[in-house]
Amino acid sequence: MTEHKSTYEPKSGFERWLDSRLPIVRFSADLMSFPTPRNLNYWYTFGGILAFCLVVQIVTGIVLAMHYDTSEAGAFISVQRGIMRDVNYGWLIRGIHANGASMFFLAVYLHILRGMYYGSYKAPREVLWWIGCVIYVLMMATAFMGYVLPWGQMSFWGAKVITNLLGAFPVVGNAITTLLWGGFSVGGPTLNRFFSLHYLLPFVIAGMVALHVWALHVPGNNNPTGVEVKSDHDTLPFHPYYTVKDLFAIMVFVILFAVVVFFIPDAFEKVDNNVVANALVTPAHIVPEWYLLPFYAILRAIPDKLSGVLALAGAIAMLFALPFLDQNKVKSMRYRPAARMYFFIWIVFCLILGWCGSQEPQGTVIPGGAGPVIIDYGINSVTWLARVSTAYYFAYFLIITPLLAMSEKTLPVPDALFMPVLSKSAAPAE
Amino acid sequence: MTQRPLLAVAALAAALGLGLGASAHAETTQAPLKDVHWSFDSPVGMYNQEQLQRGYKVYHEVCSACHSMNLVAFRNLADKGGPFWNPAYPNPNDNPVAKALAAQAQYDTIDSETGQPTKRPGTTADYFPSPFPNETAARAANNGALPPDMSLLAAAREGGARYIYSIVTGDGTTPPAGLQVPDGKYYDPYMPGDLTSFWKGDPNKVPVGGFIAMPPPLVDDRVTFDDGTKATLDQEARDVAAFLAWASDPTADERKQLGVEVMIFLLVFTGLLYASYRSIWRKVGH
Ligand code: HEC
Ligand code: HEM
Repeated sequence: MTEHKSTYEPKSGFERWLDSRLPIVRFSADLMSFPTPRNLNYWYTFGGILAFCLVVQIVTGIVLAMHYDTSEAGAFISVQRGIMRDVNYGWLIRGIHANGASMFFLAVYLHILRGMYYGSYKAPREVLWWIGCVIYVLMMATAFMGYVLPWGQMSFWGAKVITNLLGAFPVVGNAITTLLWGGFSVGGPTLNRFFSLHYLLPFVIAGMVALHVWALHVPGNNNPTGVEVKSDHDTLPFHPYYTVKDLFAIMVFVILFAVVVFFIPDAFEKVDNNVVANALVTPAHIVPEWYLLPFYAILRAIPDKLSGVLALAGAIAMLFALPFLDQNKVKSMRYRPAARMYFFIWIVFCLILGWCGSQEPQGTVIPGGAGPVIIDYGINSVTWLARVSTAYYFAYFLIITPLLAMSEKTLPVPDALFMPVLSKSAAPAE
Repeated sequence: MTQRPLLAVAALAAALGLGLGASAHAETTQAPLKDVHWSFDSPVGMYNQEQLQRGYKVYHEVCSACHSMNLVAFRNLADKGGPFWNPAYPNPNDNPVAKALAAQAQYDTIDSETGQPTKRPGTTADYFPSPFPNETAARAANNGALPPDMSLLAAAREGGARYIYSIVTGDGTTPPAGLQVPDGKYYDPYMPGDLTSFWKGDPNKVPVGGFIAMPPPLVDDRVTFDDGTKATLDQEARDVAAFLAWASDPTADERKQLGVEVMIFLLVFTGLLYASYRSIWRKVGH
């Protein structure tokens, strides 16, 4: 795509004066008039939805922080008594923030899947994709540390299990965990550091979002055909066309969000987190939040702790590596039937991994016996299902994607992203 | 409190046809909770104020002898949606019922003249007093078991009010012959537990449930209800479970009411946005 020529004309004397000093009005006007492919579908509204989510988390988070007590003795009470009962609308603010994290991840997953399906990670958008991956990792860190703050049983034991993983690294492992804990176990100092970082990271995310949008505005948007913009005819100014479309999508998302917050606010909550943290009582099931479950399943699928941690990191690294793994010039899976099929199977395996992460590792999958034991677990166990799914997860990236990139027979790709089909242009509206 | 489990994951598992077969490994067992219903079960259902009042009475006269409720203050009883809310007293601290109940409790203070420790009557701002000064004392008085704090009990157990109702009505169930109940414990089919090592019968027929260190707290006519409702064991258990559900989630009524208003606004606003979207995009192909 060619440089987007600025169409901004300063109208008043003041605007001309400012424009030659800090062209911030020009900058905003250019953002608004940015030429955007006219064929973007609703899967492309998740970017706007994600920006909305970040603002919601930051605004509600700042208000929560005003009432939150970071001490080990006071954290649980400040949330469960202060925020939930005594602060006016505290229940609403916390309900939005706690469920907002789930809504945020729902949106980011759909956003990532959209990018994978339409090949948005390919040239010239690799840097855009990588910044997105960084944002995702930062989101996971932020949400993990936020979940520790209410200092319930799951907060405490989740923190313990996850930070313990880092201890698996040879030589540096123990030093890292001691540094994170601020001592020799999870406790008050851990809570304080997590609060500090939980406050900081969202602003780092906001900075990364600015880079993400910048990296978007250099090549411009991809689109469902994966065909690059070739002429002005292919695009529409962002405003009003996509402002109104994004706003509509955001409102639909808000409706779903509101249903959760007002009518099923504890849908994602684990009952144990309503019990204050207690280092002496281990909960029966220690389960992370749903958005981390697939990674938790991968971690537990590997018999050795360090290898498990590496597999977990590798699973995320696959996303970063995707631009190298898929060299096929055809971006959109609309024209790649084989790639599309393997991609959908990959999604199903990710969902299965999520389910495995929520279950006991020795649980059976098909009711009945666990079957013969191979590497610690019966073959009819959650662990074996997770192992098979993990194998597909990695094979999809490391074997299937590179092979398909070389060998797949793709369907013919249209010449332009938007072709006013005769029948369509003949019709007066739309 | 009704939609407790991870809906998302459950729906997902069902969709994949996997079923939840994984619960087959039988370590901890529990009888299916009793099928009881309350006015507040549904996502738009409200608490029943008379039931909350009766439930408070059961809690106050029975449960509070052993269980604390640290997060609830007397003024909360008179909050909107609470058991003694009275529109004539928009400020709950003026509510005569809350004031009278608070005044019955005694709190530590110091004499402002001498500085010596002394007692004062409670005020609406005070949180409910604890029956025991500390955990050790609570355990000592209860055969080593700790009666959990009740402020969040309904929110902290799978099943919420139904769990509490089932535990209380199941407590002291006559144990099946062959089950050896340790001293100071009672058989309760609804208490999650593993009875294998106490079972002398057929190893494939280990009874479900567990032992509880709480003596069955309720019997018929354990309390006398002010509104004339007959105080059967079932009624007492229902009412106290409702009260504990309220104590765990006192803003539920407000939340649900506001939710309905917000939904109406959102639907109208989204409809308008959709109309603008259609009219702006009408003339361009896409
Ligand atoms: C004599 C003291 C005593 C009284 C009175 C009492 N409880 Fe308990 N309760 C206990 C003890 C002790 C435990 C802990 C039992 C255990 O851990 O085995 C307990 C546990 C419970 C539990 C199970 C909690 C869990 O951990 O899952 C429930 C529910 C409960 N009580 C409800 C009530 C209700 C409702 C009342 C009032 C009607 C009440 N209790 C009155 C002593 C008491
Ligand atoms: C990327 C954005 C953010 C995400 C994903 C996020 C996520 C979370 C999560 C999952 C929790 C636990 C919720 C619970 O169960 O109660 C939490 C709690 C909390 N967060 Fe955030 N958060 C974000 C931004 C912020 C910001 C910017 C602040 C402060 C300025 C903040 C302050 C707090 C506080 C004080 C709590 C503890 C109170 C509570 O648990 O409700 N958060 N956050």
